[in-house]
Amino acid sequence: MSSTLGESVQHTQLDPHWKGILECAAIEVFNMMAGTELTLMTEAPEHQEGPQTAMVGLAGALCGMITIRCQQETAVTLATRMLGDDAKSNPSMVGDALGELCNMVAGNFKSKITGLADHCMLSVPTVIWGEDYVMQMVQPNSGLQTALSCEGQPIWFSLVIHV
Amino acid sequence: MSKLRVLIVDDSSVMRKIVERSLRQAGLDLGEVLEASNGAEALAEVHKGRFDLILSDINMPAMDGLEFLRGLAGVESAKGVPVVMITTEGSEARVVEALSVGAKGYIRKPFTPEQVKERVAPLLGGGQ
Repeated sequence: MSSTLGESVQHTQLDPHWKGILECAAIEVFNMMAGTELTLMTEAPEHQEGPQTAMVGLAGALCGMITIRCQQETAVTLATRMLGDDAKSNPSMVGDALGELCNMVAGNFKSKITGLADHCMLSVPTVIWGEDYVMQMVQPNSGLQTALSCEGQPIWFSLVIHV
Repeated sequence: MSKLRVLIVDDSSVMRKIVERSLRQAGLDLGEVLEASNGAEALAEVHKGRFDLILSDINMPAMDGLEFLRGLAGVESAKGVPVVMITTEGSEARVVEALSVGAKGYIRKPFTPEQVKERVAPLLGGGQ
């Protein structure tokens, strides 16, 4: 699916349509790679929670970061679907699997925005374990987040860009 | 037909496992599956013996997938071996370049086992 934004991205202003595009990218990636049907949450929790965070940096036409955050159980379920039962007893595989999902969501997201695919590079994924952290990005910045339901559990996707 | 000897090249160990799992889920009859984390390691494996199929990421440190493809050109044991590129890039240019230097196809992440089979099976001998 392509964005209907039309013209090439030549600035870094956050477009409100990107929330839907990010959701669409996440739903596609999780369905294809983990066989999981993500759905929109009618009542999403206000704040992100969960000890598993994966992030991928964006550089170029968009400078910023895309993150995925979820509970440990959700991360283990996803990794098991992607890699088999070995992942249940291997925390490193769980983190790496979430990192790969984040990488693919970021790639899928940028490919849906006309003009961005060729002009935005992705970093390798980074994974954070734990909840006691604050992520601070260089000012000025702007962002959006959305929570989708993964088998009844919330999983957060966020995009923060330097503007 | 004998089982396929496959080389999977990706700097992500998780991605290598995902690719192997997808090949198995796609119903391909895999024999020995070797892994390499960059093009240089992959070239070393190709020099040691012949593979039936090579799947390679494009973006990798040390030696990327395009350099790997160029390196394969002079290797006797790689002649006729189908190489399929795997990429997250939205860049068509990288894919086109890969095809122009010897890749027989490409798979864009995310992918399903069915899509892997669609791209890979026609490149293999009968029976897959």
